[in-house]
Parts: sequence; C-alpha cells; structure tokens
Amino acid sequence: MKVKYFAWVRERIGKAEETIEPPASVRTVEELIAWLSGRSEAYAYAFEKPKVIRAAIDHAHVKPNAAIAGAREIAFFPPMTGG
Amino acid sequence: MSGPVTIRIQQDDFDVAREIAALTNARTDIGAVVSFSGICRGDEDNAKISALTLEHYPGMAEEEIQRHVDEAISRWPLDGITVIHRVGRITPGENIVLVVTASQHRQAAFQAAEFLMDYLKTSAPFWKKEESVAGTGWVEANTRDDQAAARWTKS
Repeated sequence: MKVKYFAWVRERIGKAEETIEPPASVRTVEELIAWLSGRSEAYAYAFEKPKVIRAAIDHAHVKPNAAIAGAREIAFFPPMTGG
Repeated sequence: MSGPVTIRIQQDDFDVAREIAALTNARTDIGAVVSFSGICRGDEDNAKISALTLEHYPGMAEEEIQRHVDEAISRWPLDGITVIHRVGRITPGENIVLVVTASQHRQAAFQAAEFLMDYLKTSAPFWKKEESVAGTGWVEANTRDDQAAARWTKS
C-alpha cells in the first residue's frame, strides 16, 4: 500500500510518500503507526504522540481503530490548520 | 440546488468581486450573497509573521471540501457556492481562502458560509507553516476551531 505524510510528519520522516508492506498482523491504523514507529528514530519521532496524529484512508478521515485491509492509500498528518 | 458549485485549490490569488459576480451574473432569483475572505495576518500572539506557507493533500482536499459543500446543499436552500483555497507561500495582507454562498434569503447564505468555513478549518487537509524572525514553525490546531465546527453536528 502507498503511504503519504504531510506537514511535520513528512518533515520528521524525511519523505512525502512510500510504498510499504506491513505484516498481516498489522490490522488497524494504530497498529500501523506502532509498526512504522519501530522502523527508525525518524519514524519514532514523527509518531511520538500517536494520539495527535490524524489518518485518512483513500482520502477519507478515519479513526485509529479503522481497519487498513484493502486500503490503496493511507495518509498520516497533524491536526489540520487551513482556512 | 439550482446553481453552480466551484471548488478550486490554487497558488494564484483570486478576485473576490469577480467570484461573486460569477455566481450572480444573469440571475434574478438570488437575493443574498455572503462572502468570507480569510486573509494572512501580519502578527500572531504579538510576533511578526513574514509569511505563511500552505501545504495540502492533493485529491483529498478537493474531495473533503466537496463532501462539505454537498452537506451544505442538503441543509440549506442554496443557489450557488464557490470555495477557493490558496496553497504555497502567502504574505501578510494576501488572501488565503474564499467562501461565497448564494441563496434567495440571507439566513441560508450566512449559515452555509459559516458552516463551510468551520469545516474547512478543522477537516480539510491543509497545514500552515509560519515564517517569522524567530524562525519557521507549523501552526498548531486551535480548540476553538474544533468547538466552532462541533456546533453544526446534528444531535
């Protein structure tokens, strides 16, 4: 699946997007955050406060317990500050 | 709804008068137009801002705005909606965002414009980065904006 990062999540990880293949045991958005956090210090820094992180699956906002099965694109970003 | 819907995300500035005219031209059924312009402030909490840089999530930003435009259309009798959000570097005094709503009567136009702005602030995927003499930093989300959006939730 494709993963995208925005704003300071993107800056901390050091890339805007990538393709990942998490193990089957990673079933939800919060499990994916935990799995990504274990990849490197940069990911751990980006996701150090997982409750602050917002997620979207295929362009729709989702909660941390949302299932990631079948997702084409998952995005992680801070709370929005547009308008 | 019997009117045009325009949603644009762009780097370029927009002309408020031209956007209003585009909604009302050649129409005699519209009795009220409300426009809200969000403008880049030159200071925040007594600190001078030299610029904002707006980042967005292409694709999702347009879809998220469209979802809220659709909800506004289902809640109020509207005759036209325009939402424009700029991205990129914006300096103090420049436009950031425009919401224009048209209706037969003012209440629907006022309420729909406020509803759309409240949701743009809290759920459209845009992020502001501030440049000041102290350096650059991401703007933090404001709980007042969350409260403003929450009042539109149907109980």
